[in-house]
Amino acid sequence: MIKRKSYRSFLSYIDLSREYYAAHGYSKPYAWISNQSVPFTKLEKPLTECRVALLTTADLEKPPGESKQERHLSRKTYAQPVEKTPEHFYTQDLQWDQESTHTDDNDSFMPLNRLAECAQNGRIGSASPRFYGVMTDYSQGKTSKRSAPEILELCKEDGVDALILPAL
Amino acid sequence: MIPTVVVGSARDIVEECGVARFLFTDFPLGNPFGKPWDKEMQSSIMDMALALLQSAWQGRTTIQTPFTWSEDETWRRSFMHVSQDQLEEYKKLGDVRRAEQAKVKKI
Repeated sequence: MIKRKSYRSFLSYIDLSREYYAAHGYSKPYAWISNQSVPFTKLEKPLTECRVALLTTADLEKPPGESKQERHLSRKTYAQPVEKTPEHFYTQDLQWDQESTHTDDNDSFMPLNRLAECAQNGRIGSASPRFYGVMTDYSQGKTSKRSAPEILELCKEDGVDALILPAL
Repeated sequence: MIPTVVVGSARDIVEECGVARFLFTDFPLGNPFGKPWDKEMQSSIMDMALALLQSAWQGRTTIQTPFTWSEDETWRRSFMHVSQDQLEEYKKLGDVRRAEQAKVKKI
């Protein structure tokens, strides 16, 4: 059957969040970063020789603090050995569709097991012995000037050749 | 620098920001690597992410996976939905949130 639509199918989260926060009384909409030029680094080795890592915005456990805002302040960039992966990451403070789905299965948003399988079956050279976490920050300056270099350092320590960023 | 691939579902935000490689799945936010407990789908998305790492030759390369969340598309209308008959309630929730934010700023 032919389907026709007068709107695009995928949702605009820029539009949705602007209207949502306006309804909650925020007078100034959040201004999303909009880059003209985008850096690009080519993969120089075959995947079978690469060490690949994962980076998440989810927390290992609930950070301390009464409110979401307090917890947000205490969050830090981290590197965690894969053998110490939490049974469930803490995702409740992040913005995702808690009505339509859930995050009970880590691999649906932080696929450490799927990556390990790729190392086992030879699709990649190896999986990094650690995975990384970074806080979702409203401050674009902090994200690019503080968090990103921290993550790059952690990747270098582990000899990572390529990084996968699942965005929750 | 290290080659990267973003895997996610908020297409407009990621493409507005601009990233080297983006693997897009048209799902509700929360499961960028496939449906919960669906190992086959998750493996397939992992395979596509790895293939994209290797095959992209310039920035802003977006590839869309073939998966759909459900035939029924009601999920598209629930997240961050603003209902006109709950405006007073939203305003109160916003006031509570702003008070918390002001408190944290003082710490």
